[in-house]
Amino acid sequence: MNDFGLMTVFSFAPGGWGAAMAAASAMTIAVATAGFIAGAIIGTFGAWAKISGGRVVRSVADGYTTVLRGIPDLLVIYLFYFGSSAVLTPIGRVFGANGFLSLPAFFAGCLAIAIVSGAYHTEVFRGAYQVVARGEIDAAYATGMSRALAFRRIIAPLTLRFALPGLANIWQLVLKESSLISVTGLVEILRESQIGAGSTKQPFTFFLAAAILYLLISSASGWALQIAERHFTRGLGRG
Amino acid sequence: MDFSFFLSAFLRLLPGVPLTLQLAFISVGLGMVLALILALLRLSGIRPFEWIARAYIFLFRSTPLLVQIFLIYYGLGQFPTVRYSVLWPMLRQPYWCAIIALALNTAAYGSEIIRGGLRSVPEGQTEAARACGMSRITVFRRIVLPLAIRQALPAYGNEIILMVKATALASVITMMEITGLAAKLISETYRAVEVFIVAGSIYLIINYAITRVIHLLEYWLTPHLRPVPTPGVVEREDAV
Repeated sequence: MNDFGLMTVFSFAPGGWGAAMAAASAMTIAVATAGFIAGAIIGTFGAWAKISGGRVVRSVADGYTTVLRGIPDLLVIYLFYFGSSAVLTPIGRVFGANGFLSLPAFFAGCLAIAIVSGAYHTEVFRGAYQVVARGEIDAAYATGMSRALAFRRIIAPLTLRFALPGLANIWQLVLKESSLISVTGLVEILRESQIGAGSTKQPFTFFLAAAILYLLISSASGWALQIAERHFTRGLGRG
Repeated sequence: MDFSFFLSAFLRLLPGVPLTLQLAFISVGLGMVLALILALLRLSGIRPFEWIARAYIFLFRSTPLLVQIFLIYYGLGQFPTVRYSVLWPMLRQPYWCAIIALALNTAAYGSEIIRGGLRSVPEGQTEAARACGMSRITVFRRIVLPLAIRQALPAYGNEIILMVKATALASVITMMEITGLAAKLISETYRAVEVFIVAGSIYLIINYAITRVIHLLEYWLTPHLRPVPTPGVVEREDAV
């Protein structure tokens, strides 16, 4: 007998899990967004290294993307969560802290997502840059733009335009990957569902709710990204 | 660098390799069958079937795998009908729950790859086969499927590697595969970086081996893309 209706379990009234699940959804979106942006920054440098770096820089970037695509994301999360304490505790000792120091789960999670998604960002940016017509870049230099100005006004906007579909894919990946951070105890959607499942003895209800929340976030953001894509490619003829 | 620690960590993690490979290969195998069924439903041209396949693919691709694993491992036990069913001895074990979740998940991704492969088969090929008098089933078995497999192989190779990576999630439901052993070793020794390097290398070796095998398969399946041997060589072979 299931005597709690879904509406009661997830109500926003005291005793209901609605507010907690909403806060957890906000946390998921926050950690995914922060990780995604940091990953994009890593990806920009990675793409730059692959496109115009010397042999050493290029092979470092190649090594980074190859290794990260072959290693489970969960392992990377463990590395940052547990590994940070190995680095921070001795530093803390120098400054007089005796306890066990580690990165906050949010920060460790963002870093892990950034490092993992940075590998995908690198490839997406590199691919997009290669689609940018050579002539546009040559024309920018020919009109006397400096390298920085050409990058800001011509290369970056055009690359972003071509990178948008790939970035949308990465965003969906990152969103799903953020659920792995629940293993470090960060209270995002999945962790909150585990807590709820434990205290109400209704695991199916809660994990189903988690699935629906992820579905909603990914559909809504997918829809928004599609609109953005249409907006930014409006100048391009569709063959 | 403490090489003796690396060696002992390697020896501690090695027993997890068979479990990782089992989880990956059994779920990829089961998932491939389901993926083919889904792809056929999707291309069947029958509306309700198409919608079922589309809904399945959408649901499994837009929710995290870990949520799917938890739904199956922790969630199904909520229903007494499941607990008293014949399937319970299986659904109670994390091993089978992990395999079921991984297989259901990879089927959704795999079906899109197979669908792409099936659609890439040129119309002329199937028309020629039909013109030779092959039945629809024979055409599918002899012409369409082999060509589709050849086309889909590189993408499916990627999916297999993603699955090897995904088996790490089984460690969250107590399976002691490579990542599970690594997490245990980290909590015993507090040497996260070293253990990470060892565990990561094992995954890289496994994935490298899989890429090589896929490349070999691809080479074997695409004789028409290899450079044509020069006539001189052919003549010599004829002479022998």
